[in-house]
Formats: sequence, C-alpha cells, structure tokens
Amino acid sequence: MLLEKMINAAGVSSREKEIRDLIKKEIENNVDNLYTDKMGNLIAYKGKEKEGPKVMLAAHMDEVGLMITEITSDGLLKFQPVGGIDKRVLVSKPVLIGEDKMPGVIGAKAIHLQKKSERKKPINFDDLYIDIGVNNKKEAEKHVDLGDVAVFSTKYEELGNGRVIGKAFDDRVGCSIIAELTKQEYEMPVYFVFTVQEEVGLRGSSTAAYGIDPDLALVLEGTTAADVPDNKEHRYSTSVGKGPALTLMDRTVIADKNILKGLIEVAEDNGIEYQFRRTDFGGNDAGAISLSREGVPSAVISLPCRYIHSPLSLIDLDDYQKMNELVNLYLERLARKGI
Amino acid sequence: MLEILEKVTAEFGPAGQEKNIRQLIENEIKDYVDELNVDNMGNLIAIKKGNGDGQKIMLAAHMDEIGIMITHIDDDGFLRFTTVGGVNPKYLVNRNFIFEDGTVGTIGVEKLDSYNDLKLDKLFLDIGADNKDEAKKLVNIGDVAVYQKKFNNNGKRIISNSLDDRSGCAVLISLLKEMNDSVNDIYAVFTVQEEVGTRGAGTAAFGIEPDLALAVDVTGTGDTPEAHTMDVKLGKGAAIKVMDRGSIAHPGIKRMLAELAEENNISYQYEVLEFGATDARAIQLSRGGVPSGTISIPSRYIHSPSEMLDIDDLKDCRDLLVKFVESDKLEKIYKK
Repeated sequence: MLLEKMINAAGVSSREKEIRDLIKKEIENNVDNLYTDKMGNLIAYKGKEKEGPKVMLAAHMDEVGLMITEITSDGLLKFQPVGGIDKRVLVSKPVLIGEDKMPGVIGAKAIHLQKKSERKKPINFDDLYIDIGVNNKKEAEKHVDLGDVAVFSTKYEELGNGRVIGKAFDDRVGCSIIAELTKQEYEMPVYFVFTVQEEVGLRGSSTAAYGIDPDLALVLEGTTAADVPDNKEHRYSTSVGKGPALTLMDRTVIADKNILKGLIEVAEDNGIEYQFRRTDFGGNDAGAISLSREGVPSAVISLPCRYIHSPLSLIDLDDYQKMNELVNLYLERLARKGI
Repeated sequence: MLEILEKVTAEFGPAGQEKNIRQLIENEIKDYVDELNVDNMGNLIAIKKGNGDGQKIMLAAHMDEIGIMITHIDDDGFLRFTTVGGVNPKYLVNRNFIFEDGTVGTIGVEKLDSYNDLKLDKLFLDIGADNKDEAKKLVNIGDVAVYQKKFNNNGKRIISNSLDDRSGCAVLISLLKEMNDSVNDIYAVFTVQEEVGTRGAGTAAFGIEPDLALAVDVTGTGDTPEAHTMDVKLGKGAAIKVMDRGSIAHPGIKRMLAELAEENNISYQYEVLEFGATDARAIQLSRGGVPSGTISIPSRYIHSPSEMLDIDDLKDCRDLLVKFVESDKLEKIYKK
C-alpha cells in the first residue's frame, strides 16, 4: 500500500530526498510532466493547456525530526528539534541518523540520578542525547556529521478495526492522497505539489505557489485529534473515525468561503461524513500559499491524527478513504462549476 | 465625515467576511473615483488617476473588524467559539455579540475557582436556544459574530465599536470625496484580514506595485490614569508613526508629513507604538520593497466595544492625508 511506503520513508525538513524520490517514482507515469524546484518542492501537473481554474493541490513531504548539533567526548550526540516535537515523548525512542541510517536510541539521565525537582518536569532537549553505541567522539565521527538529521524509526502497523499507527501521518496522508489523485483525469489544469520545509515555517509552499501562480489551492494535511479522556467535546479539535476535517480558520489562514461551501455541498450530496476542525491553533501551507502574489483563495482538508508530532501517531483508514473521495469529487465539481 | 463614520462602524465585517462593509464603501465612493476593483483576497481598490507626472501612492485602511467564530454547539444549545483577531477573553464576559443576520447572543462563563482561570475555553455564547437543534436554526459552525454595535457622539469625542479601523476607512472615503485633482495616482485600498495578520494589504501591494504607501489606522494613547507610558494624547492631532512592532516609517515620508502639517497648521504628534502593527508592515515588504508610513488616529480602549477617538484628531488625519496626496513634491521623500 502506497501510504505504508510513504510512512516508512524518511524526510525530515530540508532532507526530503528519500520521500521525494519515492513519490516521483509512484506518480511519474500518471502526469504530463514533473520537476523539482530550487527549494526541493516536487511539482507535477496535468492538463496545463485545459480551460478552467488552475488548481494547486499541496501536501508537505517533510516530517519533524532531530538535528545533530554536537558530539560529546563520550561519543554521544546532542540534538535540537527540527519542527515542533513534544519533548516528553522522546526518551528511549529509537531513531535512524543520516542518509546511511545509523541506528541509535534517545537517552537521558537515569531516573534514580534525577533530583526530585527534575522528575516533575519533562527533560529538556539540552539534557537528552542520542546513543549510537560508540565509545568516543572519534568513533562517532566515522558515522555521523554535525547537521545530520535523525528520524524516528517506528514502522507502519495495523492495529485492526481500520486503525493504523506510524510516524509522519502529518503529512504523508496528504502526500499519499495527492499521489493517488494523479491517476484521475480532470477537465482543468491541476498541479500536484509536494512541498518541503512546512514543519519549520511553511517555507516550501510559498515559493512553489509563486512559481505556479494558481487560481486556487487545496491543502491536504494531517491534523491533531484530541478526542481522548479528560478532554471536553468542545476542545476535541477533531475526532478520529468521523471523517475528514474542514478548517474554518487557523493561525495562518481563513478558509475561502466559496471553496468551503463547495466542499460541504459535495460531502452532503454524496453522504461523505465530515467534521469541522474545532480549534484555530496551528497553521499549514495554506497560510503561505494564500498570500502568494495577489492572493490565492485557499482551503484546508485534514485527516485527524492522535498523538501527532510524536514517534507514533494513529489514524483511521476510513477517514483516509473519505478524504480521498471528498477531494476527488470536489475537483470534479470544480472542473464543472468553478469555485 | 461623522455621518460616514457612523455608517461604516454600524456595518458587519469581521476578518474574512468583509462583503457587507465592502459593498457599503463601494456605494459611497463609486462616483468619486476613476476605477474600482475587488481583488482575489477581497480588497477593494479605488483608483483616482493623476496627470502622469506624479507618484503612484497606495493608501490602506482595513475594512475588517475583530470578532468571534463559532466552533462547537453543545446539546443544550450553548455555543463555543474562538477569536478572530486580537480579542482578550478577559474582557468578553457578558458582552453582547451580533451575527450577520442580526442574531444576538451574550457571553457566559463557567464557574471559576479563580479569575486567573478565565480562559477562552471557559466561555460560551448564549443565544437563548433551548437545545442544539434550536441553536442550529440560527447559527452554524464557522459563523462569525462581532460586538453589538453602538455609536455615541458627544460633539467632541466618539465612543463606538469598530473605530479600529472604520475610522481609517472614513478618512479615506472623505479624502476621495474632497481632495482636489492631484498630479499623483491615488490607489485607495480598503483592505481585508488586517486583524489576523495584515494579510490583505500584502497581496494588494503586490498587484498595485506602488511607489510609496501610507496606512491609516488607529493607535493607542498614554493619556489615561496609570496608562503604559506612551506620548500620544487624544485631541493633540494626527499621529505620525515613527515605529511599531511591524514597521519603521520611511524617514522621508515621516519628515514630509511633519512638514506638510507645519505648513498647513494641522496639529500633529509623533507616535512610537510598542505593541501592534498596521498594514504598512506587509506593504513595505512587497516585491522589492515599498517606502511606507502610517498616519494614526489616536484611540483609547482599542479592540473593546467602546473605542474612543477625538473628532478634531480625525479631521487632522484627513486634512494631513489630503495635503500629502495632493503634493507635487513627493520625490523629495526618497532623499533620506
């Protein structure tokens, strides 16, 4: 399954080559042409000469990870986060470092050595390190350079009941759906864009949008689901298993009203379950794309993920199918009726 | 100008939903301009052509106002919401809010152990519905409400909602109606989505490619009891922005504004704002950069339903802006 391959591929922000090459191989026979721009965004298109609105579909290839910033005399690797990572979840997690995928484990001071006050707080990034099983700096330098990135080594796994776990559902679910949509034919120009460096500040999508100059953009994302104990319903953000989530507004964009209306109509006419994202926290590529040049009407469709930005998050494959269907049917409507 | 100010402050138009206020402004100015456009983002761009020898000036006042957006409706018909723009949850309790269709609700709060627990997710909007179905007949997820409108004029000062930045809109409208023919091309832009991050002004500037730009917006004052120190006072004239968190005014523009004020006996004061930004923030960074400044209307209690401004200040801002756009000496600005 394509999603599984994408989840297991590495691609920390600014090091998206592995995931890009994978996507390229998957879609190159489905599209008219594709290229990689200077930032590293993968841009594929179909029907460039067709009439109708020029639509940009965007999902980011990059995932959160860790960058090696120092090697200690003991051969331990100090690091800083690339993108937003919950530091509470890092201790004892396995990682792979650099292009050669050197295995390591995240370590910290043992609990019996911690002061009472230290036990009450999550361990800071500065007090964590990656242990690759070497004895000193010299040995470590044979395997690792400063600036190498580490990615969580957790693998895609099915839990049954249609739920799966893995890393980087944010935003490989979007990449996977857009890659699948390259097989469809639409009566309008469609740009399938796989962006870089979203997790460090929406950097790839803005240059991609400038180059493409689209009439509208749909951003496909993984978003946080907080439908867990000790939380009240109005604070859930989204719920797993209740269909794709439409963004009304987040910190970077207010969804275009007409696109949103179209998406809701398509969902309701076709009996596709959907929900609204009940938080305005966070932001994504739509923020950057919507402000490109003279402005691009944009909307965001997200897949609910529990435990997002961690080594393992959880999604429902039913949500994935529904999101795929919703986007596909909306694009057909767009070609027929415009925004 | 007060008549138009009352009209524009009364119109609905939170960030992202500026249609009503845009239509109102369009109707007000259409007979006074050469061209009117609405761009992708929803900015209203009014063009008044000069004789070809002057500069292309972009003026920006934002149409959007702050509000709250409904995110959840519970079984008992109470609505949860998030903020659109800088709305402080601490000032919301028992405020009335109104939706586009006139539906009004008031904000209630869950029981609190301490005032410090007063966070957004403890608040709800009560529109008087008995249950979810009844509420849904009036309001949907994603609907936005703004402070219930009230305009008060005591002859000297205005107390009203949405003076940020409908007072700037009123200044631009008044300018378009009253200015003489100018050598300069005037692009008066009524921008969208300023309150959520100066989003409209940047894309408008990209399209217009102006030689220079001025934003017209409100600024805070330091003239109330125990206020944060700030050398702007109500009633002391148009405020010429020197710096805020989003921009440093182009020194040439700042100087030119002060010179014009002196020449024409218009009261003015300099303004340094330690919080906040205006559309100049986005415009100045468009393309290769645009020399930009801001004329500010001194206001108290910004982002509350009861903002206050001084009528003479408002006129000073309008008069200074008119002198600026009519000037045939604007090239001078570029000599630092």
